[in-house]
Amino acid sequence: MRHIISVLIENEAGALSRVAGLFSARNYNIESLTVAPTEDATLSRMTIVTRGSDAVIEQITKQLNKLIDVAAVMDLSEGEHLERELMLVKVRAEGAARDELKRMADIFRGRILDVSANTYTIELTGTRAKLDSFLQSIARDLILETVRTGASGIGRGERILKL
Amino acid sequence: MELTGAEIAIRCLQEEGVEYLFGYPGGAVLHIYDALFQQEQVKHILVRHEQAAIHAADGYARCSDQVGVALVTSGPGITNAVTGIATAYMDSIPMVVISGQVPSYAIGEDAFQEVDAVGITRPCVKHNFLIKDVKDIAPTIKKAFYLAKSGRPGPVLVDIPKDISNQKTEFSYPKTVSIRAYHPVGKGDSAQIKLAAKLLLEAKRPMIYAGGGVVLSGASAQLTDLVHLLGYPCTNTLMGLGGFPATDKQSVGMPGMHGTYEANMAMQHCDVLIAVGARFDDRVVGNVEHFAQVPRKIIHLDIDPSSIAKRVKVDVPIVGELKPVLDELLAVLRASKRKPDATDLAAWWKQIKEWHDKGGGLRYKNSTEIIKPQYVIETLYKITHGDAFVTSDVGQHQMWAAQYYKFDQPRRWINSGGLGTMGFGLPAAMGVQLKHPDAAVACVTGEGSIQMNIQELSTCKQFHLPIKVLSLNNRYLGMVRQWQQFFHGDRYSESYMDALPNFVKLAEAYGHVGMRIEKPSDVEPALKEAFARKKELVFMDFQTDPKENVFPMVPGGKGLSEVVLSEDL
Repeated sequence: MRHIISVLIENEAGALSRVAGLFSARNYNIESLTVAPTEDATLSRMTIVTRGSDAVIEQITKQLNKLIDVAAVMDLSEGEHLERELMLVKVRAEGAARDELKRMADIFRGRILDVSANTYTIELTGTRAKLDSFLQSIARDLILETVRTGASGIGRGERILKL
Repeated sequence: MELTGAEIAIRCLQEEGVEYLFGYPGGAVLHIYDALFQQEQVKHILVRHEQAAIHAADGYARCSDQVGVALVTSGPGITNAVTGIATAYMDSIPMVVISGQVPSYAIGEDAFQEVDAVGITRPCVKHNFLIKDVKDIAPTIKKAFYLAKSGRPGPVLVDIPKDISNQKTEFSYPKTVSIRAYHPVGKGDSAQIKLAAKLLLEAKRPMIYAGGGVVLSGASAQLTDLVHLLGYPCTNTLMGLGGFPATDKQSVGMPGMHGTYEANMAMQHCDVLIAVGARFDDRVVGNVEHFAQVPRKIIHLDIDPSSIAKRVKVDVPIVGELKPVLDELLAVLRASKRKPDATDLAAWWKQIKEWHDKGGGLRYKNSTEIIKPQYVIETLYKITHGDAFVTSDVGQHQMWAAQYYKFDQPRRWINSGGLGTMGFGLPAAMGVQLKHPDAAVACVTGEGSIQMNIQELSTCKQFHLPIKVLSLNNRYLGMVRQWQQFFHGDRYSESYMDALPNFVKLAEAYGHVGMRIEKPSDVEPALKEAFARKKELVFMDFQTDPKENVFPMVPGGKGLSEVVLSEDL
C-alpha cells in the first residue's frame, strides 16, 4: 500500500544521503522524496512516498527512527492528512490547442506562469491523482516538459509533527 | 591554552580513559601520530594492516565492556578498515574509529589518498562525522563515544581532515553530551512486562532463547536468574554463548543451522518463546514460513525496536535495556502467586530429553588414525578448564569451537557472527590478550582464514602477545567444501587449499614457536606444551580430517525440524 511518511531530520550535510542510503540498502521503494528546511533552520522536513506491506512500512519507520539525525517520524497515511504536489508543465500552445490548453488549465485550477509565442508553462498543485489526470487530459504530443516536486504532506487539525 | 586539533583528539582519548589505540600511520594522520608520540597515557598498537586494527579494537571491546578505538589514515587506510567496521556493526560492538582525511580545501579534488570516508562507511556505522572546524573535534569525539556505547552499541567514525588536525583552538572536554534526536531507551513498559510474565507462567512448553544482547548488555546474571527461577530450557545463540552457562543442566545448546537437535526442536515446538537480546536471524530460525507453521506466543526483549517484528511476528514486544527489563520481569515473576505447572514442565523436559537421546547433543566418531577437529576443541576445553578466551575465524572450525567449547561465562567467546569475516580471529585475539595479559587466549582458526590476516604474527611479536593459535588444517575451505558436497554434487570448485606454506617455519620466521601435529595421540601433549609456554605465541598446525563435516545441520532455507543429524542418516 502507498504510504506518506513525514520525517523531521537535522539539517546537516549528509542527512539526506543517510535516508536515501537506508532505502536503497534495505531494498525499500521510494516513489518520491521532498526535503527543505522548516521554520527552525536547524531542522529539515522530509516527505517520503513509499509502497510496501504493513510489515515493510513498520520496518521503514523503525529504521528511519534509528538514524541518529532523525528527530521524529510520522506515517501520515495512518490518519487524516493533506497531500499536495506542485507540477510545472510546459506545453506546445499553437493554433486551436492554445485556447484548449488555457481552458484545461482553468478547469484544473492551474495558472499559466509563462507565455511565449508557441508555449505555455502551467503551474498546478494538488494530489498526485489530480496532476496525473491533468496530464492524461491533454494530448501527449503537446507536452514538452514536466517537472514535479513529489508530494508534501501534513496531518489534519491537531495531528502535528514538531519537536 | 590552545592546542592543535591533533593534540585535542589525543587528549579526548585520554579523557575517555582509552588504554590502547590500534592503528597504522599515514600522511593524513601525521599530526595525530605526532601528538600521540608526545604522550604516554594512550598506548598505540601498530598493526600490519588496517583491517587488523579494527578487529583488534573489536576483540578488545568484546572481551571487556569498553569501547574499542582505532586510528587509520585516509584513502586505503579507511577502505582497508571497512571490513572491520562492518564486522563490528553487524555484531553491535562499541567502537570509535578516527580516520585522517585529506586537507579540507582538497576534499572533492580527487586528492592523493582521498576517499569519501563518511560516504563509504555510512551503511556500516551507527553514525559518522566529518569534522569541518577544529572547535568541533572535542564535542564530536565526546558524542562518538556516547553513541558507540549507549543504546544498541555500534561503531562510530570520526573523519578529521589533515589541515584541521593542525589548527589550534582552546581545549575543554565536554562533561555532558546530548544529541537532540537520539534518545536510547532504558526501562521497558511495565504493562508489557506483566503480560510477558503471565504468558511465561501459563506456558506448557516454554523456551528461552538468548542472544548476543545478553552479553553486550551485561545481563547474564539476570538471564541466569530467570532461567533458574522458571526451570525452563535455555538456548544461547552463536553470539550469546556464555550468556547462560553452557554446562548448566537447563542449557540445551546452541540453536540454528549448526545447533543441537533438541534446541531446534524445542524452538520449533514450544508454545511460548521468550527471545532475550536475539534477532531471529536466518542462521537461527531458518525458514520463517516453516517456523510459523507451529503456533506459539513470542515475547521479544530487545533494545532496538527495529529488531522486533523484522523477520517473525511478535506477540509481546518489550523495548528496553535488558538489565532493567529482566530485573522487573524477575520481580513480577517472584511476586506472582502462580508458578509454572510442574506436570506440564516435566512432560516438556521429558520430550526434550527424548529429542536429545534420539540424535541430539553433539556427536562425532573419534579416531586413533586421524585428528578429528572436534577432538582438538574438546581437548582445548579440557586443558584450559573451560576458562580460556577463545577467538575464532569463520567456517567449520568456528562452528566446532562454538559447539564443543562449553562457555560458562560471557565475553569469553569472540567471533564474527553477523558478517562472518575470515581473518577476524588472530587480530581479535590481540585485542583480547592486551586486555587480559595473563589469561589464556586461544585463536581457533583454519588454514584458509588464518592466511587472511597472518601478517599480524608480526604485531604479536612486537607486543609480546602469547596467543595460542590452533589452526585446524584440513587443506580445504571446509564450510565451502561441505556445502559443495551436500548441494553442488561434490563439485569442489576452488575450495581446495593448494600450495600451503610450512606453517611451522612461517611461525618461526616471525619469531614464534611452531608445531605440526599429525596424530590424535599428540593433540593433548601439544596443547599442554603450548599453554605451558606462557610467554610465547605458539602456532599449532593440526592436520585434521579433510572430510569431516559439521553436524547437526539445518540446510539453508529449511525449517528447524528439517535437520540433518549426521552423515549416516
